[in-house]
Amino acid sequence: MEMEAGSTSSSGGGTQTHSYSPLRSKAFYKFTQQNLPACKPNLTPTRVIAIFLLAGVVFIPVGLICLRASESVVEILDRYDIECVPESYRNNKVAYIKDSSISKNCKRLIKIQKHMKAPIYVYYELDNYYQNHRRYIKSRSDKQLLHGLEYKDTSSCRPEEYNNEIRINRRNIAWKSDREHKFGRNVYPFNFQNGSLIGGGNLDPDVPLSEQEDLIVWMRTAALPKFRKLYCVIEEDLQADEIIEVHLVNNYNTYSFGGKKKLVLTTKNWLGAKNDFLGIAYMATGGFCIFLSILFALIHVKNPRPHGDPTYSYGNRKSTTAFVLHQIVW
Amino acid sequence: MARGGGSQERLRWSKLYTFACTRPSVLLDDEQPHSLQGPGYSRIVHCNQPGLHRKKPLNYPTNFVSTTKYNIITFLPKAIFEQFRRVANLYFLLAASLSLTPVAPFSAMSMIAPLAFVVGLSMAKEALEDWQRFMQDVKVNSRKVNIHKGEGCFGYKHWQKIRVGDIVKVEKDQFFPADLLLLSSSYEDGICYVETMNLDGETNLKVKRSLEVTLALDDDAAFRNFTATIRCEDPNPNLYSFIGNFEYEQQVYALDPTQILLRDSKLRNTTYVYGVVIFTGHDNKVMQNATQSPSKRSRIEKKMDKIIYILFTFLVLISLISSIGYAVMTKFGMPHWWYLHPDETSYIYNASNPALSGFFHLVTALILYGYLIPISLYVSIEVVKVLQATFINQDLHMCDGETGNPAQARTSNLNEELGQVDTILSDKTGTLTCNQMDFLKCSIAGVSYGVGSSEVEIAAVKHFASEASGTSEQQSSTQDFWEDSGGRFGSSEIEFENGNSCMVEKPQKPAKKSFSFEDDRLTHGNWKKEPNAGTMLLFFRTLALCHAAIPEPNEKTGGFTYEAESPDEGAFLIAAREFGFEFCKRTQSSVFIRERYSPFEDPLEREFKVLNLLEFNSKRKRMSVIVRDETGQILLLCKGADSIILDKLSKNGRIYERETIKHLNEYGEAGLRTMALAYRVLGESEYSDWNTKFLKAKTTIGPDRETELEQVSDMIERDLILVGATAVEDKLQKGVSQCIDKLAQAGLKIWVLTGDKMETAINIGFACSLLRQGMRQICLSIENTGILSQDTEKDAKENILTQITNASQMIKLEKDPNAAFALIIDGKTLTYALEDDLKNQFLSLAVDCASVICCRVSPKQKALVTRLVKEGTGKTTLAIGDGANDVGMIQEADVGVGISGVEGMQAVMASDFSISQFRFLERLLVVHGHWCYKRIAQMVCYFFYKNIAFGLTIFYFEAYTGFSGQSVYDDWYMLLFNVILTSLPVISLGVFEQDVSSEVCLQFPALYQQGPRNLFFDWHFALRLLFVWGSVATWYLFLVAYGMSSPLISGNAYQILLEALGPAPVYWSATLLVTLACNIPYLAHISFQRALNPLDHQVIQEIKYYKKDVEDQHMWKRERSKARQKTKIGFTARVDAKIRQLREKFQRKVSSVNVQAQS
Repeated sequence: MEMEAGSTSSSGGGTQTHSYSPLRSKAFYKFTQQNLPACKPNLTPTRVIAIFLLAGVVFIPVGLICLRASESVVEILDRYDIECVPESYRNNKVAYIKDSSISKNCKRLIKIQKHMKAPIYVYYELDNYYQNHRRYIKSRSDKQLLHGLEYKDTSSCRPEEYNNEIRINRRNIAWKSDREHKFGRNVYPFNFQNGSLIGGGNLDPDVPLSEQEDLIVWMRTAALPKFRKLYCVIEEDLQADEIIEVHLVNNYNTYSFGGKKKLVLTTKNWLGAKNDFLGIAYMATGGFCIFLSILFALIHVKNPRPHGDPTYSYGNRKSTTAFVLHQIVW
Repeated sequence: MARGGGSQERLRWSKLYTFACTRPSVLLDDEQPHSLQGPGYSRIVHCNQPGLHRKKPLNYPTNFVSTTKYNIITFLPKAIFEQFRRVANLYFLLAASLSLTPVAPFSAMSMIAPLAFVVGLSMAKEALEDWQRFMQDVKVNSRKVNIHKGEGCFGYKHWQKIRVGDIVKVEKDQFFPADLLLLSSSYEDGICYVETMNLDGETNLKVKRSLEVTLALDDDAAFRNFTATIRCEDPNPNLYSFIGNFEYEQQVYALDPTQILLRDSKLRNTTYVYGVVIFTGHDNKVMQNATQSPSKRSRIEKKMDKIIYILFTFLVLISLISSIGYAVMTKFGMPHWWYLHPDETSYIYNASNPALSGFFHLVTALILYGYLIPISLYVSIEVVKVLQATFINQDLHMCDGETGNPAQARTSNLNEELGQVDTILSDKTGTLTCNQMDFLKCSIAGVSYGVGSSEVEIAAVKHFASEASGTSEQQSSTQDFWEDSGGRFGSSEIEFENGNSCMVEKPQKPAKKSFSFEDDRLTHGNWKKEPNAGTMLLFFRTLALCHAAIPEPNEKTGGFTYEAESPDEGAFLIAAREFGFEFCKRTQSSVFIRERYSPFEDPLEREFKVLNLLEFNSKRKRMSVIVRDETGQILLLCKGADSIILDKLSKNGRIYERETIKHLNEYGEAGLRTMALAYRVLGESEYSDWNTKFLKAKTTIGPDRETELEQVSDMIERDLILVGATAVEDKLQKGVSQCIDKLAQAGLKIWVLTGDKMETAINIGFACSLLRQGMRQICLSIENTGILSQDTEKDAKENILTQITNASQMIKLEKDPNAAFALIIDGKTLTYALEDDLKNQFLSLAVDCASVICCRVSPKQKALVTRLVKEGTGKTTLAIGDGANDVGMIQEADVGVGISGVEGMQAVMASDFSISQFRFLERLLVVHGHWCYKRIAQMVCYFFYKNIAFGLTIFYFEAYTGFSGQSVYDDWYMLLFNVILTSLPVISLGVFEQDVSSEVCLQFPALYQQGPRNLFFDWHFALRLLFVWGSVATWYLFLVAYGMSSPLISGNAYQILLEALGPAPVYWSATLLVTLACNIPYLAHISFQRALNPLDHQVIQEIKYYKKDVEDQHMWKRERSKARQKTKIGFTARVDAKIRQLREKFQRKVSSVNVQAQS
């Protein structure tokens, strides 16, 4: 019922006069009048070609550097989940892993192909393992890990692996913040692996959670079904052709869902571990940019449109305008 | 109590008037009061006893008026309901309630918080707007009026305190606070003048007249013991009817609309009136008439809903995919995933019943992928629109320098609609014109006087001159006229080859308002030296005598101001005064004129006895006055529409006919309002014969009275002798022609809907270049079919149908591409044309015409026409008007614009945008509309883009989690992503995006048709950069801060940036790569498009960039003219037509010269 309101007010509802005092800065005036200098990038052919060329010229070397860095990383993969099962059980691996009476100890010999510089990181890799499953994540309780108390540790499980002989560091493999803030100092895994769930090793119930670094590492949820977890760091160089002997306990049941287990030894450089993708992606993008710049150069040579020439607008392009209008209407 | 306002004579107009006061001055015995029975006629008003109406059964409301949407109690439920009418909000409400169940993939907080934020913000906005309405109501309600407090004492009271039955005294130029019954006025015979501008937009004053019996109540003291009872109809919205009986002193008198003073009309020319309140508050006729202002939704908003539906479909689709995936995974994978406790089944994880699990997962997925639907879209759009509206409000170019009124975006949700307008429906009076007449030219005795030129002439001649002087490539760039004429515009004399010289002169600020006549042959008494001085004398006397105005001495100047019924009349009187015939006094029977034949003589006061006054009405289209001059000669002086007058000339009265018609056409062509003047000398006996007949007709009672009066008038108004013609310029508002021209170039159609009569409307059409000579006018009218009974109604309809079909045929058969048609239709015809069976034909005809003018339309019809256009063409309509009569149309149109002029504020209150002058419409549409549309469109695209991009990553990730419904992002990231992090860059786009500057928008009106199309990532402002980078910075700051918080809250994100991501070069290099790589395809796309197929604005950008416009003025101008849409209306079209005409003439001349040379 808008009719009424001002019905008879001739005074005028919104007649506040805008008086701009000279004190107000010019910039503010320009702002309110939408007159601020605007930068409208004008995509002239030269610029477009230059932009793409520049992108290509920058990206390809960056990609090369990344690839190079990735190349320099020495990585050794050793799949052990099948080898560690005795021949007699090969057909029924699940029975093997579930049978607690059988010793799960396993010895792997790994030959170092290339000189590996310390620190060498030892990971275990799991495949086809949905640590990111919603049920898995929901069953985790940060509160419980920090405060213990009445919360029950449930399904956190992990494989156990041993290593000796070489100087290794089993400390500081987990994130500092995790150790210090996320896992309780006074919480002891008294209930671990006592339930119906099997698989994985045991935790020493006398060590507080904050020092159970293997558990902490395990508990940092992996984003993808194939993931690596840090086990330890070898703090001395390994020479080429050296053979190291790894003793591990093949405790964890990945057989029932067909997961693979691998042992990974890798060095690290400034960019991190082996990662060819980044370098390749950079190079591909760079290559594409150069291709585009060539394409634009060709277009410009073959079909030059004098910029700022209005013959290309209005009447000449009625049809496009119609098309565009159509577009706007979605 | 000074009666009659000082020196003002108390006149008994009823004696003089013929038609207006149709009631006979004596109450006849056989006058039957209405028999008021049955439903609809139950209202009883006890005059002067307002107390009776406070309790039952007559518990009528007070005069309190409320226009708010909500009150304190209804606000919450109503506003919440409004909010959840939006699809997206409803969806999020559902999601939020589901988030309390275990199905939800997110924590309940992260679902509820953004919804509450978004809905809360919108509701706060609603509340604020309603509060403003409330304050407005308070202002109106607390206005004061003089009211009878008992015992003959009057005192001021607030409007809202007025009750039915109160006696109020309204003084001159005050508004009536409620619907009143007129009891008496300062005039002896109870007449008063009312301006109904706010009701129907008509500017001529209406005469209202009280009952004879209440005439005595013209004194405060008289109301001491006054009581009476009114029985009348119940409140209804019908403005022009009223049925009731007035019971006073044991007598019953019938009431009719002439005694009713409606709220929102204004008392004029009358010192005071007394009235009794009949309808109060929402019972008022005006209030009853007011339609609930519909909540308007912009087109984009509607489309947004559509997109949201599409997204919903998409959402359901990917949810289905993922729940099928989940069911499969659960069935085949789950039993083997011992670490997930497959033995502990629940309804969500049940390997043995994957279908059920799949179903529950579907719910989860629907919530999970909800990020496809931007929750903050509506709120962001609202924020952007409010900011855009502030820009509109702040625009100094739309601020009226004189009044200081800025443009106002009153509802901000229609900003971008301004950029899509297709048809403009405009009111005329007060919108296009200032309703101020300017006497410009006249033709007396076949000679045309007056050298001043109308705007149209100036432009046409100027242009022809520039073309003739060699700069011929300059095609019709009207822009330049205005640029030049805006500056110094001297006088230039251009000689056409036929020897005619035409003075082009920009009239200097006219010394006298309403008078810009310039011709030394007539002014300063020089007219006496002209050959036909006698005819001239008659001409001037007709101007000074033939009217119904009242002079009021103006103390300041010592002269007179005239209270005329129409502005034309005022202009004539002022013109007469300037010529030396000053109308100075009116008595009951005489008009006194001070005649001064030369500036050196003293004025001579002459008395003319007014014998009869046959006043103007729209049917007669003429006005006559019969006077006896000092010599005793009886003269009938007549002025009227030229078509009517020319029909009534006597044989010997046609001496000047040919020349006068020629002049009349010229004037009409120049956009002037014309009127022909004629006279007749009456013999004494002839007059007295006629007068007896006339008196008899005047006292007849019954329906035939009017026809009879007309017949009698016709008898005397014949055998006239033509004196001449006048041409008055209805001053258009400043810049109206230019504005219409620009709007036409921008491809907009303009319809004029006016309550004025057809001639006036057509003249205005000419003046503002909507019509021009040579345009085919299609007039739809049933005026000649006479009074309509039930039977003839059908005939009338058929008649109109044939007219429409004929006209359509004519348009179809027209071959000339330059031919333009104009449709002119009057209100009565419109009634039929708007009926269901005719309206489609009517609309298709109207759409084919270059301009459409509807005259004599009621407010309701205005709204109906608007609806017809809106629904029939499916395009955006904009209605612009200034009076209360435009409210319906303003509310009906997609965009309503109110002119915040001098008149009431209803139009403004009902409008979506208010501007102080019509000319600002150009900037509002072409600049702000263009920008707003482009900005909003881009913003919406951007919004959906970002949400789809974000939502899809969640979907992709699902494939890696066994479709379990785990989201890859932390709950709080997602919440902030949608609500805050990504809003700022988008909002900055919506507020600051500017493809071309405002000057370019104005110079290339055709850009208006272009609209937005591309997501062009041009960071226009430093501010934009600030917002974008600010939001990136916010993201990192958030990561740090979030990482600092307790690990219980942050979960996996605990210290993620500082410890893990920050030091890792791989993170940064990946970020860089992704950012750039994602932009490359788009950059490539726009580069391609630009290289091969540039858009208009891009070309303009380039021209501007290379500064070509500075270097190559010529090209710039040519382009500007090319950029116009080919128009058939508007100034440019008119100038073009004129040029074509002149060229033809020139060629003919050349060829005839050739022929002569050969012979």
